[in-house]
Amino acid sequence: MAPLPELSGILRKQTATTKRRRLSRLEKKEIRWGLFFISPWIVGFLLFYLLPMIASFGFSLYDFNPATPDQARFIGFANWQRALFQDTEVWLSLRRTFHFAAISLPISLLFSLFLAVLLNSEHVLGKSVYRTLFYMPTMIPLVATVLIWNGVLNEQTGWINVIIERLTGIRATGTQGLRWLADPNLVYYAYTMFGLWGVGNAMIIFLAGLQGVPTELYEAAQIDGANWFQRLIFITIPLITPVIFYQLVLGVIGSLQYFLAPFVLNGGTGFPEGMTRFFMVYFYKQSFSFFSMGYGATLAWLMLIIAMIITIVLFGTSRFWVFYAGEER
Amino acid sequence: MVRAQQLTTLPKATRVALTRIALTSLTIAVLTLFLIPMVYGITTAVKTDSQIAKTGAPWWPARERTFEYEGKAYDVYLVPIDGEIRELALYRPGRQSSLFVDPENPAAGPFEWQGQWRQLERSWVLDIQWNNFTRAWNTINFPNLLRNTLMYAGITTFGAVLSAALVAYGFARFRIPGKNILFMIMLSTVILPGAVTLIPTYFVFLQIGWVGTWLPLIVPAFFSWGTNVFLLRQFFLGIPRDLEEAAQIDGASPLRIFFSIILPMSRPALTAVALFHFFWAWNDFFGPLIYLAGHPDKFPITVGLTAFNNLYSQSANLIQAASLISAVIPIVVFFFAQRIFLEGVVITNIEK
Repeated sequence: MAPLPELSGILRKQTATTKRRRLSRLEKKEIRWGLFFISPWIVGFLLFYLLPMIASFGFSLYDFNPATPDQARFIGFANWQRALFQDTEVWLSLRRTFHFAAISLPISLLFSLFLAVLLNSEHVLGKSVYRTLFYMPTMIPLVATVLIWNGVLNEQTGWINVIIERLTGIRATGTQGLRWLADPNLVYYAYTMFGLWGVGNAMIIFLAGLQGVPTELYEAAQIDGANWFQRLIFITIPLITPVIFYQLVLGVIGSLQYFLAPFVLNGGTGFPEGMTRFFMVYFYKQSFSFFSMGYGATLAWLMLIIAMIITIVLFGTSRFWVFYAGEER
Repeated sequence: MVRAQQLTTLPKATRVALTRIALTSLTIAVLTLFLIPMVYGITTAVKTDSQIAKTGAPWWPARERTFEYEGKAYDVYLVPIDGEIRELALYRPGRQSSLFVDPENPAAGPFEWQGQWRQLERSWVLDIQWNNFTRAWNTINFPNLLRNTLMYAGITTFGAVLSAALVAYGFARFRIPGKNILFMIMLSTVILPGAVTLIPTYFVFLQIGWVGTWLPLIVPAFFSWGTNVFLLRQFFLGIPRDLEEAAQIDGASPLRIFFSIILPMSRPALTAVALFHFFWAWNDFFGPLIYLAGHPDKFPITVGLTAFNNLYSQSANLIQAASLISAVIPIVVFFFAQRIFLEGVVITNIEK
């Protein structure tokens, strides 16, 4: 009598495995195809990214100066301790980074979306030309862009101040005027303008997103008497939420990585009053001015961790507001 | 009946016309503001070397006016006489008073003006230095640089779009164990600044003997980039599954579905990624700089421009001229490629 429950147990187990195997044949096929499709990335990651990433984390455990590599010293988590608990500049520069992102990110997202909607409208004549002209600044090499903006934002002779003065009569030039790059209250807006000049890429991504909105939906809404604003809010925006989500995630990552503009405009000095010493500027200073590669790698990994946390939180929220027409059912 | 129809159609036509005018002017207004710095760059490109250095020079390309009198050139100043400003050539400067010649009436000869000539402003005449473009073109080996850049941008764009589309489709449609973790790892390769992985990456390429060739810049593009994959995944997730499911029932393989359904439906998104990557490669400076160091014949335009910058760090006009030359090809490419956004792709059966 004793083996019976055992046998039924085995039987149950067996039916379970056959059932699982029957299911898993389809599943396995799906996994195999999935792996086939993502294999270029996996191979590339193993070949070109994995080792450098591990090595860069390894650097963060060393006191390492690339000029004298033989003097590198293993110091455990001392760099991490310094970054997290001792170095106040880490948190100050992070705060500046988020402060700047809070200003520039919404403005650039809204402006690029506005441009894309405008340049997708059937009512705007000559769209190809405008799109190209809006994209043009993106193609101007950085050396030239920086020269241009240093000239245009100049407080004495800069065109922006001269034009503001001519149009409004308010005194904008000179030391009492709008000192775009030198006034701590204005500098983030000046950098935002500089960033808006590169709106071209965000614009074409939104344009591509708008192309995916089926025209029949608009026609149906029009018959129902929806005006353009209702169509924008209830059809266009929901259907391009996947693209908005992409722009948001990359915008946050880009803000944390932000360093090129302050670096070329003021050499990473943080001028004015340290306002532009953003997190990545501080990272570059540590890595390439003080040659503390170990500490620099620690800062980079700290940035990676912060960005990953924000990204994961954003992915968590996407369930509530991002609409994917082809989601798994 | 006919009259009623006319009444309803007529206001509509007017309304459409008004909307057209309003939206087009709005676009042009925004564009004008947007392009102010561009105009500054273009005018700088056609200025003379001396105008850039001078304070008090006008914003438009110009040179200081001179007037030839008795075989010698004299500088022309804006001189206030009897409440009006006249353009006069300074014949003989003096401390308290100077002699001037009127270019309008040289026969009258030099006459005296009371005042300090150093306080006067110069007179400028329009002078567009088109030959700045020829000077820039001749200073660096533009044909070679452009050919290298075009090759680099073209090949990597093809590889980047194809590989990113494959990988994005894998992430968008297939249940793979640990997919979300893999996706996050992929994003982490985007987040981690290239500057920290630079040394080990360089070391990897040095070990396999690729440094000094185009390979470290071209080959990785064929293994997909995180940002492109992420973008295309977003688009693929937005495509309804109905068509694929129908094709699956008909026995089409995933690869076939990918090439004959997904790719054609994603033309705008693929174009966006292609443009994105093309211009990224066109402007890529750091990669070529470190991997091609010491091989000037392989340089792309960005690195070539720096050489230029080092040679003529004071010549803002030549730098702008060279930059505009290097932007011509991308602008033409963009103009023709963006027309794909005019066509539109109709995705049917979305409301199921």
